[in-house]
Amino acid sequence: MSEFSLYLLQQLINGLTIGSTYALIAIGYTMVYGIIGMINFAHGEIYMIGSYITFIVIAGLMSMGIVSLPIILIIALVVAMFMASTYGWAVERVAYRPLRGTNRLIPLISAIGMSIFLQNAVGISQGFRDVALPPMVSGGWAFGNPADFEVTVSYMQVIIFAVTFVTMTLLTLFISKSRMGRACRACAEDLGMTNLLGINTNKVIALTFIIGAALAAIAGLLLGLYYGVVNPFVGFIAGLKAFTAAVLGGIGSIPGAVLGGLILGVTEAMTAAFFPSEYKDVVAFGLLITILLFRPSGLLGKPEIEKV
Amino acid sequence: MSQLLLDVNGLTMRFGGLVAVDGVNLKVKNRQIVSVIGPNGAGKTTVFNCLSGFYIPTEGSVMLKNEQIAGLKDYQISRKGLVRTFQHVRLFQKMTVIENMLVAQHRHLNTNLISGLFKTPNYRRLEKDAMNHAIHWLEEVDLLEFANREAGNLSYGQQRRLEIARCMVTQPELLMLDEPAAGLNPNETKELDELIIKLRDEHEISVLLIEHDMSLVMGISDHIYVISQGAPLAQGNADEIKNNPDVIKAYLGEE
Repeated sequence: MSEFSLYLLQQLINGLTIGSTYALIAIGYTMVYGIIGMINFAHGEIYMIGSYITFIVIAGLMSMGIVSLPIILIIALVVAMFMASTYGWAVERVAYRPLRGTNRLIPLISAIGMSIFLQNAVGISQGFRDVALPPMVSGGWAFGNPADFEVTVSYMQVIIFAVTFVTMTLLTLFISKSRMGRACRACAEDLGMTNLLGINTNKVIALTFIIGAALAAIAGLLLGLYYGVVNPFVGFIAGLKAFTAAVLGGIGSIPGAVLGGLILGVTEAMTAAFFPSEYKDVVAFGLLITILLFRPSGLLGKPEIEKV
Repeated sequence: MSQLLLDVNGLTMRFGGLVAVDGVNLKVKNRQIVSVIGPNGAGKTTVFNCLSGFYIPTEGSVMLKNEQIAGLKDYQISRKGLVRTFQHVRLFQKMTVIENMLVAQHRHLNTNLISGLFKTPNYRRLEKDAMNHAIHWLEEVDLLEFANREAGNLSYGQQRRLEIARCMVTQPELLMLDEPAAGLNPNETKELDELIIKLRDEHEISVLLIEHDMSLVMGISDHIYVISQGAPLAQGNADEIKNNPDVIKAYLGEE
């Protein structure tokens, strides 16, 4: 392969890496929107909290003298998912459930308030500056001709792909096969009717927040390790990107969120390949606007049909 | 012999200054088909909404099996054995027919996440029971061959029947149907008619019906209530209602 196509391949790999983590966060937005029609603006903060918990757990385990990488990562993953789910559940319980059935704007403002609250609460307790972690997973595979251009796939990237793939598969199975997954789909189609069939929809809604938060925590762990730094404000931009991914793919659609995340990640990486990297957000959001102009309900979203 | 299943007294619903329902009384006994009729805008659907927990009635009592249910949440009322359909079909259109039937049995499948993950014998048994129950009711309404089709792709008449079957798997004692014959052709209406009678005679439940199709109402109702402008106007069996001058006046206007 020529140098140029190898370069493109490298950018594609980098883009898919970032894109798959966007997709993980985007699923949280899209599931909540699909069921209660609300944008959970505090979702990015759940991702940030997932990152922080990962860092704290890793630092704690290492200070206890545990050095086995798989054990550290698995413990960090489980603790981060559990803690973030608790946050996700609590946010819904405290800030959104009491406001259900009111004007749509009210929970939205509550969500923005929750987002600022969490940013600053984490900032006060953990410090507002960057917290860094030494690279946990180093090395990778390299191929191509070392003389002109070498494509590298780092082990961290492999972990990101593998974890994302496994998570998405489990989520798909859960939604399509399980009893609660069935109830989730029923709620997404007709919340009122699901209620009338004797299902406690509050439980189902709480569950979607918990699942979304757990997925955001997985993304928090992966991206935290990938970048090696975290601060209380990383949730804002990551949340914005993931929200964009969800809208791009068609908000409410889980495959759409995945597709949107991957497209956004690859677009950013490809832009960074040819232009100064500051342009990547310009092009990515330009793409969003263009797609929405032609497909207002997103790539896989169904056009909203007026309810009779 | 036949016990009182539903006893509604003085049901009143006000929206601000508007009195939509004014002192309506209804009695439904076990194994009875009762209809509520009245001109458009008479408040029939509002009565249904009050009974099913969609609205909280301003005044009046709603007793289901001697238990006050006015003011309970809709899912609580449905768990007590009172389920309803709507004027327009409200199926889960994107789910298959069988999934619609399984969702309705959600709470009977009272299992936790762990048993679901590991598919414990108890979980499998409950899943199998739910599936058998769903299949039984699909047979009853003649929809078994469409079990794996998306509900939204069924014909309108089939969707109506699926809705009733979906209500029935929740094991209600009182089924409330809001204009079930709306939009059906005469043939489908006749099938519906037979199905409702079968529900009463073979499955021993009561049906409370709002309907505009007078031939359906008169043909199958054990008792009929007429309401006009929110207030009770008359009650009785089909013959009494047909010959009641007040009812004729409400429907056709003064001579």
